[in-house]
Amino acid sequence: MSASVVDNTVSSGNSSVAIPTDISGQILDLDEDDELEVFSKDTSTTQTDGSSFNASMQTSPASMINQYKFEEEEEDADTKDIFVTVDNPESHVTAIETYITYRVETKTTRSEFDSSEFEVRRRYQDFLWLKGRLEEAHPTLIVHPLPEKFVMKGMVERFNEDFIETRRRALHKFLNKIAEHPIFSSSEDFKIFLTAGSGELTSHKKQGPGFLSRMGETVKAVAAAVRGVRNRPQEFTDMQEYAEAFSQKISSLDKVTQRIVREQKEYLEELKECGPTYALWSQSEQELAEPLKNVAGCVDNCCKETEEQVKHLNDHLIPVLHEYVLCADTLKAVLRRRDNIQADFEGKTEALATKKADRDADSKVLSLAWDSLVGRSPEEVKQQKQQKLKGEIKEMRDELDKAEDRLEWANNALKTDWTRWQKVMRTDLRSAFIDTAERNVSYYEKCLAVWESFLQSQRTDAEGNGNVDSS
Amino acid sequence: SARVMPTQERKLFSSTLFHKIFKAHTSLSLKKCKGCLYKISTSMVEKGTSLLKMMEISVAEAEKRTGKNAVNMQETYTVYLIETRPVDAASEGTNPVPDSLWRRYSEFELLRNYLLVTYPFSVVPPLPEKRAEFVWHKLSADNMDPDFVERRRVGLENFLLRVASHPDLSSDKIFYSFLTEENGWKETVFETGFQAKADSRLKALNATFRVKNPDKRFAEMKHYGDELQSVISQLLRVRARAADRLYGVYKVHGNYGRVFSEWSAIEKEMGDGLQSAGHHMDAYAASVDDILEEEEHYADQLKEYLFYADALRAVCRKHELTQYELEMAAQDLTSKKQQREELATGTIRTFSLKGMTSKLFGQETPEQREAKLKMLETQIEEGEELVKERNAECEEFVKSAWVDIERFKEQKDHDLREALISYAIMQISMCKKGIQVWNNAKECFSKM
Repeated sequence: MSASVVDNTVSSGNSSVAIPTDISGQILDLDEDDELEVFSKDTSTTQTDGSSFNASMQTSPASMINQYKFEEEEEDADTKDIFVTVDNPESHVTAIETYITYRVETKTTRSEFDSSEFEVRRRYQDFLWLKGRLEEAHPTLIVHPLPEKFVMKGMVERFNEDFIETRRRALHKFLNKIAEHPIFSSSEDFKIFLTAGSGELTSHKKQGPGFLSRMGETVKAVAAAVRGVRNRPQEFTDMQEYAEAFSQKISSLDKVTQRIVREQKEYLEELKECGPTYALWSQSEQELAEPLKNVAGCVDNCCKETEEQVKHLNDHLIPVLHEYVLCADTLKAVLRRRDNIQADFEGKTEALATKKADRDADSKVLSLAWDSLVGRSPEEVKQQKQQKLKGEIKEMRDELDKAEDRLEWANNALKTDWTRWQKVMRTDLRSAFIDTAERNVSYYEKCLAVWESFLQSQRTDAEGNGNVDSS
Repeated sequence: SARVMPTQERKLFSSTLFHKIFKAHTSLSLKKCKGCLYKISTSMVEKGTSLLKMMEISVAEAEKRTGKNAVNMQETYTVYLIETRPVDAASEGTNPVPDSLWRRYSEFELLRNYLLVTYPFSVVPPLPEKRAEFVWHKLSADNMDPDFVERRRVGLENFLLRVASHPDLSSDKIFYSFLTEENGWKETVFETGFQAKADSRLKALNATFRVKNPDKRFAEMKHYGDELQSVISQLLRVRARAADRLYGVYKVHGNYGRVFSEWSAIEKEMGDGLQSAGHHMDAYAASVDDILEEEEHYADQLKEYLFYADALRAVCRKHELTQYELEMAAQDLTSKKQQREELATGTIRTFSLKGMTSKLFGQETPEQREAKLKMLETQIEEGEELVKERNAECEEFVKSAWVDIERFKEQKDHDLREALISYAIMQISMCKKGIQVWNNAKECFSKM
């Protein structure tokens, strides 16, 4: 665990706060290195008395939440110091498989990077690995979703051009979201992902928490899930309700938009036949030939515009909506994980209470029969038992304290990241909708120009054919 | 221009009236039906001698009636109110109540059939369709549907105006009484005996016959009529399908409105922006109804010329018929002349049963021959008369029909060009609405 990296990610000018000894001791025990790098300064500010469950960011004083927010404000475009691009997909053929790699280019001024420019090639598996690592390290932070492994609907092959391009765009967004996140962007795994050669990456992947410890975590998680949460704070229940509702709404929007695209495509199919019909007609006519040919041309132009418009919807709005459908699932998963952490804490609390009750009960009940059998004096046995219980209780209390801290940590992290996520979501969706609206305006403007030029051409050879003002 | 005049009473108005020019009368120069973009331009009205200069004609209303039909069964039908008003009265500033009467579609059909038979050389304006065709899903194919009735009302008015501005048809007495005499009109029509002609005409038009020397222009026109009918049908079909799809696109956007509204309920800052954007999406979805209604008028304009194509082909067919009859008469005359020659010279070049029998049973007496020759002479005289008549008929027909065809061509070019222009205007209007809605939506989104 190195403390040096902390300074770069945490904004300067922050008042240093003394770390209470008991917490710092527990920090050292956690094997989540990445979290330490960032939180060693920050966790000092969380109050262990549980009073930090404060939904409002603004009012919690000198808390990690404030810290987090401070960092966030610095994330303007001007202060963005890391730029990641994903492009240039290439196909690789080996004896066993064929797969695609993408070029990942990084430009940064951050000092923890050895150089200012990096270029590596990564495949989808590598992105999956990175996401997994970030989720492991920060179970209650919201990681932006990756594009799905397979797209089941339609006949999309893995190596279809459109599919690859859509995936590339999504991977690009994913990395940028990571880079923009105050905590994820300083993850060691992230840095390695961006900079390591393929050999280096493979060996790094092999490190990390061993299989057994990961199994242990999984078992704990399952146990906690089974146990269930008893006293979930209202704010998290609210978040859950929001996540459900948001998931529904965004899925609906996704479906509606896809339906619009389908209808537009069918409209386009029909419209494509109109132009040629006018052109055919013009061949039978003399006076009318020119205006008919003109109309045919206009209809064909409108067809082209419609085609572009549909493509834009497909390439821009639909991917964003789809991302946020996946985000909604992430929200629910994050809330589940938080619940598990709380369940774990509650479980441990119960266990400790039971042990304490045992200890108290033991001092009253005399198991004389057994002791006389064993041939020890009741006093000796009692002493031994008490010692044993005391040790167990101490252990459990330590565990409990750790669990409590973990819970608080998780809660605060979640709350802060939730607010951050909402802001980002709002920005993303707002700009996606604005973009779509602008595109629609542009579509209609172009079609308008097409028909106005037709009118113009008819006006110039009009022989006083009545009024031609638009009604 | 020369016209074949029907034998019944002729024009009601003196020539001096015809030459009055009502230039400034807007109701003549732009007869605009409610919501309809048909225009009868001043130039056309001035060119011909037409009833339209004398009176304003409109089909003002439609009503449902029930009654007993020919087989004494109860039926529901629609009647249309025809209103007429002398032009003078309106221009003088007073506004008298128009004369009016009710007619049903079948009476319009009767009128048209009468005109078809009586003016075979005229391209008779078509009626609006009997049944709704080329419908897209939202449009009803039901004859009782109010939208269909309304569009038919407009179409019937257009029919009357077309007839009233036609140089030949407008002065027809039966047409005039159709507009002015509610009772007994049907009887009057039947009294003209046009039905007999109608039956023979129908038979003739449906018969197949080969014409040796048709006027090339008419053959080309018939071909043009075929092409016009085919291409307009195709266009109407394609347009109807496209309209259906466009309807779908707009209506699905209405779902945005609903979802935005629901979504805004769970958001704090984004709520207002989403909600108001949703309203614009609803407005967008609703706007397609007006757009497609306007497009339906464009379709009606095309339909009129689809049916006009049929009228045009009928004239060409009639020419073929008169030409055929002429050729038949000429052929008959030639053969009769040949027979005379043979009889006169004694040579038998043509086969005849008489010839064979006389060969077998002996020649006929000179008296018999003389009688035969005389008969042939008479027949030849009559034949020559017939050929002269038919030739004149043919020439007359060709002349009159071609005049009307030229008139029709000009009308068609003008009207269809206007229709294309109005289509462009409609598209522009649709685009403007789209621009407005999406700009509004964009503003709401910015407030998200």
